Amino acid sequence: MHVPDGFLDAPTSMATGAAAVACVGISLVKARRELDDKTAPMAGLVAAFIFAVQMLNFPVASGTSGHLLGGALAAVLVGPWTAVLCMSTVFIVQCLLFADGGITALGTNIMLMGVTTVAVGWLVFRALQLALPKRLSVVPAAAGLAAFVSVPVAALAFVLLYAVGGTADIPIDSLATAMVGVHLLIGVGEGVITFLAVGAIVAVRPDLVYGARRVLARRELEIKPRVVA
Amino acid sequence: MGAGHGHKLHFHGHSAIHRAPAHLKVLALLGFMIVVVATPRTWYAAFALYLLALVVVIAISRVPLTYLLKRSVVELPFVFFALLLPFVATGPQTEVLGVSVSQHGLEAGIALLVKGTLGVLASLTLAATTEPQDLLAGLERLRLPVQLVQIMAFMVRYLDVVTGEMHRMRIAREARGFDARNPRHWPVLARSAGALFIRSYERGERVHLAMLSRGYTGRMPR
Repeated sequence: MHVPDGFLDAPTSMATGAAAVACVGISLVKARRELDDKTAPMAGLVAAFIFAVQMLNFPVASGTSGHLLGGALAAVLVGPWTAVLCMSTVFIVQCLLFADGGITALGTNIMLMGVTTVAVGWLVFRALQLALPKRLSVVPAAAGLAAFVSVPVAALAFVLLYAVGGTADIPIDSLATAMVGVHLLIGVGEGVITFLAVGAIVAVRPDLVYGARRVLARRELEIKPRVVA
Repeated sequence: MGAGHGHKLHFHGHSAIHRAPAHLKVLALLGFMIVVVATPRTWYAAFALYLLALVVVIAISRVPLTYLLKRSVVELPFVFFALLLPFVATGPQTEVLGVSVSQHGLEAGIALLVKGTLGVLASLTLAATTEPQDLLAGLERLRLPVQLVQIMAFMVRYLDVVTGEMHRMRIAREARGFDARNPRHWPVLARSAGALFIRSYERGERVHLAMLSRGYTGRMPR
């Protein structure tokens, strides 16, 4: 759900806008290391994929449905810096061409749903990867858990922003309880679907999954003697 | 394939607003919305003035108002939130139609509705009167990093291709009698998402190789 214009006051919007500019700037420099001269076409296509996957509805129960946010998924698939670029591009295009999310809230949307989900998703994913055995089968599970954590943390970040620059005096603790509660549920969906999607990709093209590269690099070519019956 | 020629929200026309340089339109939208957001929430006369200015611009652009209103449904979740505000906010209470609600919540709810609606209408006007290509050129003129504009250009160019791919996958699923109704069907949808990623990524690789073979060195020719 995109934050519209007028939800946060002007100074907060300006501050998140400046933060978003800084984050996108750093990502532009760092992403070149992940993708070199492939950056523009690859990040563009992945951004189009994120946009499409956000339109893919997952049925929840009795007619309601949700969709993926995709921050943690993108971080695991293409690396955190490229993921920030892709998510930011998605929000800019949604704002300017689809009127989804206000232009003064663009920085807020990028910081909350782009940068926060990617950063939290990637950090949790890396921490789990370090803690768990280095096997390919662990990658989807770590990605799923990372996606699950990233959603309520983004919701909490929203509550913090609202505490600073909200335009209505809602008691912050009840807002936090409601937001985090709802987003824990949304996070479960995000986590399960990220787990399943990463699992499907790892099964077919593990070489495309950025988060699996370290595991793949450790694999050695095995030459098994043919067993003659 | 009709990609690259307009987009879902674009309304073809030749008005002064359609012809205005895209970078000016983006700046105008940004400036207008900053003023709207910074306006104290009880200055109702100012908001009426903003709405009037916006309606004049829409009238000049000759985009039917109904066309914009129909597409402002993206705002709906926040309308719901705005309606909820008077009941959850704290502070002095006041009576509206015999129901006791929070004064601050009521003001904030109205302000959110007004500012949000102005924002959606203004953004829709930009989207309806600007071709994606012009918008990208405008953003480049606004000194957005070339790399970012390029990523956006690729995204916009392949948006219809990728969503079309997803649409065909859905038709293929439904042709096989698949109907997603509850979480038990998630694995199928997630595998579709995975396949879509692999297809998008591989398409990106092919596009990159095709560009290299045409002499691409990391920046677009002018």
